[in-house]
Amino acid sequence: MGIRFILMVNKQGQTRLAQYYEWLTLEERRALEGEIVRKCLARNEQQCSFVEHRNYKIVYRRYASLFFLVGVDNDENELAILEFIHLLVETMDRHFGNVCELDIMFHLEKAHFMLEEMVMNGSIVETSKANILTPIQLMDKSS
Amino acid sequence: MAMHGMRGLSVFISDIRNCQNKEQERLRVDKELGNVRTRFKNEKGLTPYEKKKYVWKMLYIYMLGYDVDFGHMEAVSLISAPKYPEKQVGYIVTSCLLNENHDFLRVAINSVRNDIIGRNETFQCLALTMVGNIGGREFAESLAPDVQKLLLSSSCRPLVRKKAALCLLRLFRKNPDVVNVDGWADRMAQLLDERDLGVLTSSMSLLVALVSNNHEAYWTCLPKCVKILERLARNQDVPQEYTYYGIPSPWLQVKTMRALQYFPSIEDPNTRRTLFEVLQRILMGTDVVKNVNKNNASHAVLFEALALVMHLDAEKEMMSQCVALLGKFVAVREPNIRYLGLENMTRMLMVTDVQEVIKRHQVQIIASLKDPDISIRRRALDLLYGMCDVTNAKDIVEELLQYLSSADFAMREELSLKAAILAEKFAPDLSWYVDVILQLIDKAGDFISDDIWFRVVQFVINNDDLQPYAAAKVKEYLHKPAVHETMVKVSAYILGEYSHLLARRPGCSPKEIFSILHEKLPTVSTTTIPILLSAYAKILMHTQPPDQELQNQIWAIFTKYESCIDAEIQQRAVEYFALSRKGAALMDILAEMPKFPERQSSLIKKAEDAEVDTAEQSAIKLRAQQQTSNALVVTDQRPANGAPPPVPVGQLSLVKVPSMITTEDNGTLSKVDPQPPSADLLGDLLGPLAIEGPPGATVPSEHNAVSGLEGAAEAVDGSAIVPVEVETNTVKPIGNIAERFHALCLKDSGVLYEDPYIQIGIKAEWRAHHGRLVLFLGNKNTAPLISVQALILPPGHLKMELSLVPETIPPRAQVQCPLEVVNLRPSRDVAVLDYSYKFGANMVNVKLRLPATLNKFLQPIPVSAEEFFPQWRSLSGPPLKLQEVVRGVRPMPLSEMANLLNSFRLMISPGLDPNPNNLVVCTTFYSENTHAILCLVRIETDPADRTQLRMTLASGDPTLTFELKEFIKEQLVSIPMVPRAPAAAPPAPPAAQLTPQIPANDPAALLAGLL
Repeated sequence: MGIRFILMVNKQGQTRLAQYYEWLTLEERRALEGEIVRKCLARNEQQCSFVEHRNYKIVYRRYASLFFLVGVDNDENELAILEFIHLLVETMDRHFGNVCELDIMFHLEKAHFMLEEMVMNGSIVETSKANILTPIQLMDKSS
Repeated sequence: MAMHGMRGLSVFISDIRNCQNKEQERLRVDKELGNVRTRFKNEKGLTPYEKKKYVWKMLYIYMLGYDVDFGHMEAVSLISAPKYPEKQVGYIVTSCLLNENHDFLRVAINSVRNDIIGRNETFQCLALTMVGNIGGREFAESLAPDVQKLLLSSSCRPLVRKKAALCLLRLFRKNPDVVNVDGWADRMAQLLDERDLGVLTSSMSLLVALVSNNHEAYWTCLPKCVKILERLARNQDVPQEYTYYGIPSPWLQVKTMRALQYFPSIEDPNTRRTLFEVLQRILMGTDVVKNVNKNNASHAVLFEALALVMHLDAEKEMMSQCVALLGKFVAVREPNIRYLGLENMTRMLMVTDVQEVIKRHQVQIIASLKDPDISIRRRALDLLYGMCDVTNAKDIVEELLQYLSSADFAMREELSLKAAILAEKFAPDLSWYVDVILQLIDKAGDFISDDIWFRVVQFVINNDDLQPYAAAKVKEYLHKPAVHETMVKVSAYILGEYSHLLARRPGCSPKEIFSILHEKLPTVSTTTIPILLSAYAKILMHTQPPDQELQNQIWAIFTKYESCIDAEIQQRAVEYFALSRKGAALMDILAEMPKFPERQSSLIKKAEDAEVDTAEQSAIKLRAQQQTSNALVVTDQRPANGAPPPVPVGQLSLVKVPSMITTEDNGTLSKVDPQPPSADLLGDLLGPLAIEGPPGATVPSEHNAVSGLEGAAEAVDGSAIVPVEVETNTVKPIGNIAERFHALCLKDSGVLYEDPYIQIGIKAEWRAHHGRLVLFLGNKNTAPLISVQALILPPGHLKMELSLVPETIPPRAQVQCPLEVVNLRPSRDVAVLDYSYKFGANMVNVKLRLPATLNKFLQPIPVSAEEFFPQWRSLSGPPLKLQEVVRGVRPMPLSEMANLLNSFRLMISPGLDPNPNNLVVCTTFYSENTHAILCLVRIETDPADRTQLRMTLASGDPTLTFELKEFIKEQLVSIPMVPRAPAAAPPAPPAAQLTPQIPANDPAALLAGLL
């Protein structure tokens, strides 16, 4: 299935966005997010962007105060996911202009709309920023 | 950008953000939940906008980790809103909050379908995305044809079609039986001609799913994939929006190469040439550039190309380039590339024979073992483990040992286990093996499992030459200032048995040995004291001529522990004291341990058990199957006492300390009992310490136990001279197959099948609708089993994947084949293992039912009266609730029936039914389609007539209710009580189980044959 979940977590470990592509109960989510935050946030810049966790991998990237953590199957192409994170950030950047944690916090629905255009059921569906942003722009215009 | 009026939401988010601590946050959340709940209650007053706002709040609260147990209906109802903004929120929030089994989804199915077949393409996109994310069986049943039509429609715009592709992917993956993909090969091929990269990207994911299921049907897609790759990688023919840092969609390139990896080979020479040109270009043309993103993207493509080359390049045209590249990568500083270099080298070891080339990079790999990053260290450890063989074992194991002292705690256990396994498998000589294990215990005693020291003791016992060496070695360790308790255990065991071999060396008199051991006694725990006592008793026995002073000392200790509170210690003290006063009789009872039958290393088994979580299974599995260990060869020698080697492979369970202690006890106690120990006892590592008489005495009984063996051996010899025609199934199984199967339905490990040549054991773990079985195929003989084949014939409701079964099982070896099981829906059908092998002239074929039965997917659940009755009432009447009067029940007391049900994970809930003759049972059933479903059962028995009862079952799924009813009925009516065959007569094998004439492709017919 590829991508199992996408998390955005700030450096205090607070979840700012969580999108799961497999069903987990609330308790499972809480436990998972706790474990991952503990594992990944303690790592430094010189360490690689991949962390093995349970029976899958986390590919992560840090932008200022925000960590983007993507859980993927073990056989997923790690670097492709790493750059997919960057594509997501660039897309949000194009929309918000210098995106920051607060943009995502206060526009959670926009972040979800973008993600929705980019990933479906754990597979990448679109990688053109223009195409990803079209529906959001349409909606902004109409409202 | 403004929030477009959702001010209430912004205020709430600010409030949360300003909370000083978790408690404040909780209070604020509770307040908001209360607010939203009240607003939803007076739903009539809510505008669509307000509804939208509250639904977002719910999602926000849910994301923070708080349970939101209301308002789902409101979220779902937004799906049918007429306007886009509300509809969009409805779709997105629904797919975040609900899963595919949620009842509310059913309510929306019509709205969703209307959106999908409607004319508004933005609505179509929303609906397709939600179904693509959480669509379950009902969606597949009602929507699959519509989605297929959209995907192929020429009038549909790409933005709809790309979503249709992934929507179809989900429906197909979840319910392959519902989504008809016959004839889709041509359509997929047609789809791959698409110019739009969004549609291509998602179609490629769909193709991967279809091809992985059945690559033969999709061969026409292969050249198309190559063409796409050519278009992207060579011609760079893509719109600007799809290039990423100058690289034509790296994600589509990666996906395309992934799809190609599902085809076993490329037959057409032109296609192959084109592909190899493209791959060559990627391998050679990827340079390291400054821009991180560009570098990552190009290397993502490069690593996928490497994987594809490894997969396709049977002729090894480009393999050397791959190895060279990986060699470069494992030496670079950039951590991501190094990590991937190590990972892919490990993968490469599995697909091709490159061990020699990889060994050249050993130094760099060892350097990575000391990297500050644990992710990299793990990869390095895995690679070193995988690349280890007889030639480099010494270097690698010594590196691991050295690293052990500084390794982080998270890795020590894995590290020591791996070092122990490598030392055992590739030991150039056994004294080195003993050295390694003792060093391991010395350096990382806390992380050394009992299996590791049991194993070294086993080797020492089985190899006479090793005994004095090991005894001298452990004695050295005991002189160290701080000695780990595990070291005391090994030392006590080995010195007790073999210190007399050292008696002439300085400092090794019985008295001296005793005093070094006894020094440790005050420092050890109660589990070690019994081992020390045994050692004392043995030392005393070996002291010739008797030493009065030593005897007094030791007797004093025995006397002291006679009143010990620990029963085990007390018993040993009493018995050893009594025995040692008997003088010469002691000699027989405390004789040296007999040799152990060779068996698969419990360590390797342990490593494989542990691998579920550590993601390194590949390398271990690979090694486990090679079985070329020196250590094994050494112990394969016939034991010195002349006992014939073919002893059945022992039990499959891991050896544990308690079992050792109890068997030892029984051994001691059974002194007057002339009955020889059973094969099982012998099979137990560190088994009976006090076997009656010399070890040779047990031989005849062994012969009887496996009398079929000799005949088998003769058959082999015969075939060497006179070619005998291959006979089928002249081999008789040992034990009753049906009985073994029924036993395994109730427990999770045991023997599934056994005959004179092979033993098939099984060990299973069940979690919700997943199961992981491991088949242990143990060759009991000194000749290999060849043409081994294992096929799984799964019933429709189980998805089963058996890992590769090796064609040959080496002599006395055991291979493990994991089998993954996914339960799709309720059914009582049983999977069948069709297993065959050849031993000499005998062709054996057996079909065995696998214990992946309905009850394995149950999870008992305690239910209170408040929970039970509303559920029970809400499920009224057929088909959800079924009732049946069952006759011909095997009469049994109510308590026995309760136990029986409990053992099937049907939990009895006492007190729910006032009538003491009735039983109420609750359990949860798991399958992929149904997820968790509560099942309730009531059984009313008639105390006057135990042969009949009335059974009522209820669950939320009609099939489940029916299947469960039948299942329970089967258990109650015809419990297989096969009478135990008298010990003298071999149990007659049920003929039907061995008849091979059943058509191999029809599980139903097979089952009929089995039953």
